[in-house]
Amino acid sequence: MAKNLLDVRNLSIHYKIQGGWVYAVDDVSFTLEKGETMGLVGESGCGKTTTGYGITQLLASNAYLKEGSKVIFDGKDFVQMSTVPSKEYKGYRKIVEYHPEMREYRWKRISMIFQGAMNAFNPVFKVGDQIIEAIKAHEDVTDEEARKRVEELYKLVGIPVDRIDNYPHEYSGGMKQRAMIAMALALNPDLIIADEPTTALDVVTQDRILGEMAKLQKREKVAMILITHDVSVVAEMAHKIAVMYAGHLVETGTTRQVFKETAHPYMEALLAAFPNIKKEKKERLKAIPGSPPDLANPPKGCRFAPRCPYAKDICLEEEPPVVEVAPGHYSKCHFAEELYGELGGGESNE
Amino acid sequence: MSEENNDVVIRVRNLKKYFELHAGMFKFWGEPIYVKAVDGIDFDIHKGEILGLVGESGCGKTTTGRLLTRLEDPTEGNILFEGEDIAKLKGKELKSYRRNVQMIFQDPYESLNPRFTVQKTVMEPLIIHGIGESYDERVEMVIKALEDAELRPAEEYLDRFPHELSGGQRQRVAIARALVLRPKFIVADEPVSMLDVSIRAGVMNLMLDLRDKYNIPFLFITHDIAVSRYMSDKMAVMYLGKIVEMADSDEIVFNPMHPYTKALISAVPVPDPDHKHGRVQIKGEIPSPINLPPGCRFWPRCPYAKKGICDVKEPPLVEVEPGHYVACHFAEQLAAGELETGEEAKEVIEESEKIES
Repeated sequence: MAKNLLDVRNLSIHYKIQGGWVYAVDDVSFTLEKGETMGLVGESGCGKTTTGYGITQLLASNAYLKEGSKVIFDGKDFVQMSTVPSKEYKGYRKIVEYHPEMREYRWKRISMIFQGAMNAFNPVFKVGDQIIEAIKAHEDVTDEEARKRVEELYKLVGIPVDRIDNYPHEYSGGMKQRAMIAMALALNPDLIIADEPTTALDVVTQDRILGEMAKLQKREKVAMILITHDVSVVAEMAHKIAVMYAGHLVETGTTRQVFKETAHPYMEALLAAFPNIKKEKKERLKAIPGSPPDLANPPKGCRFAPRCPYAKDICLEEEPPVVEVAPGHYSKCHFAEELYGELGGGESNE
Repeated sequence: MSEENNDVVIRVRNLKKYFELHAGMFKFWGEPIYVKAVDGIDFDIHKGEILGLVGESGCGKTTTGRLLTRLEDPTEGNILFEGEDIAKLKGKELKSYRRNVQMIFQDPYESLNPRFTVQKTVMEPLIIHGIGESYDERVEMVIKALEDAELRPAEEYLDRFPHELSGGQRQRVAIARALVLRPKFIVADEPVSMLDVSIRAGVMNLMLDLRDKYNIPFLFITHDIAVSRYMSDKMAVMYLGKIVEMADSDEIVFNPMHPYTKALISAVPVPDPDHKHGRVQIKGEIPSPINLPPGCRFWPRCPYAKKGICDVKEPPLVEVEPGHYVACHFAEQLAAGELETGEEAKEVIEESEKIES
């Protein structure tokens, strides 16, 4: 356990809304080692972004953590550190805003690449100045030293150094994304949380940025959580994968395990719905019937049961346990043992 | 492309669309400046055929779609619809052309009027074109179209508003709206890129089924090559307003000849952890369509570019193999693997090999 950089245990994040709760993230557990990349995949609204941002507690003010949630980063439990029991809602903890210790961790130890980096930079300041500002906010360095660091970072991510004094609108989309990565690396973090880092980019640019990220990650030994809806991107980038559906982690394991020895019906369905350009013969894709549940009112038993081809009565009644089907390979399914090895998943993809 | 074929629905020849820039003083003196969004393209779409148009953002694929539906007026060139040139149509004739050609847009959250019920949305084209004798007959047609779009039972959807529908259902309504006129040609511009994976497959299958059922040809515009390969029979790859390669979809994917297509295909991520792929060997980014490079538009990024040829003469789109068109001076040598990459490209390749290991 001690060697894990990040240990998330039973993390539940619920949003208080008028007349109820949105159960955005429920009982999510995973671990991450130093220098490891984990892909967090799922469809829109499944809670993957909330999970990622929940680690550094960058959440809306109506978000509450359920009592018992643990986010242990390098031996420190963030939940104990910067949340307090909620006065209004029993059994929930509220995030303390602007908690000084938490702010020390953010960016310095854990940095983020935000979704749509296009818009993450302030348009009225030079890009370089914005990175310098981030460095100076956390470290006691002079302007010259900070600028030098930015120059090194620009070389690292492959932007010409003379572009430091340009404004964001003078950058192309791919360059802004690279600048965002440079900013995320500026303080030598141990963990980068990248939320859909390449979604808005063209394939050629995406391929380059992903290559760049993999290279930097290897060299700097940074751990990374890659949040994306694109299973093909995680197949290329991640060491391990956590699949989310409707607020639950339904399957976790190494990339090979999840793709080739799929143990959860949702992952199988997801792979069957995804076009693979390298497949010799075109096979008809299988759509998943129905649509994801409303998380304000999730179904009682397994949340995937209403759409699952293998569902039986028990699935609609009881929430399934997390079963370890193989060492390090977990599936949240009543029939995980029976289905393991039977599901198509990766096999049909060859 | 040259052979005469009776079942050609859409034939495009030398189609161009230049947008004039009215930036400040340029308007008053000097040459006007143009953005050459579409710069001389040719293709045919046959009955029941889906042509996939792929390329990066800004390559002119959306403008091409808008030209075919005449949402934009072409600067030059011909668009033959069942043999008749519709590039210059106006007024009543244009309206009757539009009855035959429908469009499905990218964002089902924006392309449906939030204050129209499903019935009103799908019925509107019928009213505009004066189809159907009575209200009841139109309702009948609307129901038929909704059922074709797999919104069943259709009666349940008639009185709903867009906000009551999921993204996939909205796109189905948009498809029903396109179908209700029984069009002879459909332009679909990124119709599934806003949808989640589990929903996307259903909408793509629906379009394939409709093509089989009614034999409607599609122009399917997308930036996602894996999606395009799944959807289309033929694919055309665009780069800066030109078609650089066109062939059967599988041919494009497994035997790309143009250096740009090669790069594009190799950049597509594959949902298989065992797949090893080399990094893209092209450099830089798409230049601005205002200041196009001379000669072949791709040469400044091309690993095979030869000075004195590629930067001087623009390569025409030629049939290298039967049905396989490529616009490259060295297409045949490339296909045979006889061409050496330049020095710079070699460095890029070596570097990427280092990373892989």
